[in-house]
Amino acid sequence: MEDKSFKAADLWSGLALAALGVFIIMEARQWEFMGPDGPGAGFFPLGYGIAMVALSAALVIASVLRNPSRTDSAVNWRETGRVFAMWMALVVAVATLKVSGFVINFAVLTFFIVAVMYRRPPLRAAIVAAACTAGFYLVFPLALGVSLPAGMLGF
Amino acid sequence: MDIISGLLQGFAVALQPLNLFWCFVGVLLGTVVGILPGLGPPATIAMLLPLTFQMSPTSAIIMLAGIYYGAKYGGSTTSILLNVPGESASVVTCFDGYQMARKGRAGAALGIAAIASFIAGTVGVLGLMLIAPPLAKFALSFSSPEYFALMCLGLAMVVLLAGKSLVKALLAMLVGLWIAGMGIDLFSSTSRFTFGHMEMLDGVDFVVVAIGVFALGEVLGNMESREEGQMLPVPKGLRNLLPNVEELKACRFAFVNGSVIGFLIGVLPGAGSTIASFISYGVEKAVSKHPEKFGTGVPEGVAAPEGANNSETGGALVPLLTLGIPGSGTTAILLAAFVLWGLKPGPLMIQDNPTLFWGLVASMYVGNVMLLILNLPLIPLFAQILKLPVYVLYPIIFGISIVGVYSVSGSLFDVWMLAAFGLLGYLMRKLDYPAAPLILGLVLGDGMERALRQSLMMSQGDLSILVSRPISAVMLSLAVLILIAPLFRKANAWRIRMIDEQA
Repeated sequence: MEDKSFKAADLWSGLALAALGVFIIMEARQWEFMGPDGPGAGFFPLGYGIAMVALSAALVIASVLRNPSRTDSAVNWRETGRVFAMWMALVVAVATLKVSGFVINFAVLTFFIVAVMYRRPPLRAAIVAAACTAGFYLVFPLALGVSLPAGMLGF
Repeated sequence: MDIISGLLQGFAVALQPLNLFWCFVGVLLGTVVGILPGLGPPATIAMLLPLTFQMSPTSAIIMLAGIYYGAKYGGSTTSILLNVPGESASVVTCFDGYQMARKGRAGAALGIAAIASFIAGTVGVLGLMLIAPPLAKFALSFSSPEYFALMCLGLAMVVLLAGKSLVKALLAMLVGLWIAGMGIDLFSSTSRFTFGHMEMLDGVDFVVVAIGVFALGEVLGNMESREEGQMLPVPKGLRNLLPNVEELKACRFAFVNGSVIGFLIGVLPGAGSTIASFISYGVEKAVSKHPEKFGTGVPEGVAAPEGANNSETGGALVPLLTLGIPGSGTTAILLAAFVLWGLKPGPLMIQDNPTLFWGLVASMYVGNVMLLILNLPLIPLFAQILKLPVYVLYPIIFGISIVGVYSVSGSLFDVWMLAAFGLLGYLMRKLDYPAAPLILGLVLGDGMERALRQSLMMSQGDLSILVSRPISAVMLSLAVLILIAPLFRKANAWRIRMIDEQA
């Protein structure tokens, strides 16, 4: 089971990169390859697109032919799930920046990290979130004059 | 004579109160970053890069370089006290440093690490100062074909030593070249890979990719588990941090060995401080009268790798400043910083910007002295940083990353891109794709395409121009040799051993 998951990772990443390589080649073919003044916009992308397809094909073939070894490590879905939960929280924070602004979103994101990701008591999470947000507000807009993404409330 | 007058000019710049302040900020941040496991210099420099746009380039590079070499000092602290390297270059320090700490000699180990770092760091700057000007003069004869060949050589070296799988390293580099090619083509005004987004016409900002892949990718990777290490007690008082005479005597050769090997390895693109520290440790063990004691807590086992990883910094700046070719993720970010400030590292850098070059060199001497002072008496204080809970640290990194990216363009589209590149950085780690070739491909991609197209314009489309000029022919042949070397079993075994050591 372990070996299968590791082999599959190489296989799928190889296939994804092969698809990217094909996309690059298709796009590059629409641009000039060689003109009277020398190489056109498609010259270089076509080169690395072809190289990408060739190398990812090599990766896919190698992963199919490879015998599972003891050094192959398993995908720990629990750990990976934690990371994806965190990343989704970040995406939600970014998606709502236009509405609620950096200050509120950063406080909520910090609360989420402390209370949910690290299972600390809600009161401690609230204190950390408030302190970090206040620190950011003091350092960036007030001390350094760096503007933060503002929401509908203006901050 | 030129060097002496240049250095004097450099000290006049570095000793200005404002530059002294930024140098101090840089080395202090570097030490903190080095101490914190899981947050490396490339991530920190990438995060702080947007904030340097309002500074003068000289002050900014003095601060960013301070972070780069300061992290090498700080990295030893966690290796010695926690058996967890603060950054990859400090892995070897764990072998004997942690054992010394377990025997109650933590203070001496930390002291030796600081002294070795100071000596070797100073030797590295000396090497940079002596080698960079003649190399820059030589590189003045380079034209587009030579530059293209040089970039191929640099990328080949980085790819060779970046990951266990050469294919994956090459693929990561190609993805970097692809990202670099996004936006308007300056030769023909064709828009490429913009996916219909107006925001993409200017291309993808390097800062977004660097912060995403290095900082967010690293933090997301660290958040997989909640584990935290157990720290050994730090001795208090300067007296307890100083090594005794016997220990210093045992380190004599290690100081020299680390300094020389570190610098030489640093000049080679791709090798980096981790390999420098391993080779230096290996040499020290090989010439030692008691090699069997290595790994049980011998002081020279701390001095050699710590010296090497500090001296490497000076070496790594040689190709960056004189040829415009970075050899690692961190120097690639420094190169991008120069470009963003409107400067062009290369053969004319010293001639056109003597204040910046010599100011940087002089600031590194000053910074090394600051680091020695910071790292000896203040180690117990710095060690307290390790008590900062990760659930406080990580939100701060997320926040700085978002603010840093937003401050460059004021565009929420870039913040979206940041989140996407953060996930890419994590997936690359997870799937064993090295990040350094991607970043180098991204930084060099534009210049590489330009050099290739200019070369072919010079020759009216004849590719033989790349191999008919002696310097470019030699460099391209070397690049090809480097890339086919892993096909030979012995060479590949050596390459994998190097990478295993790095990991």
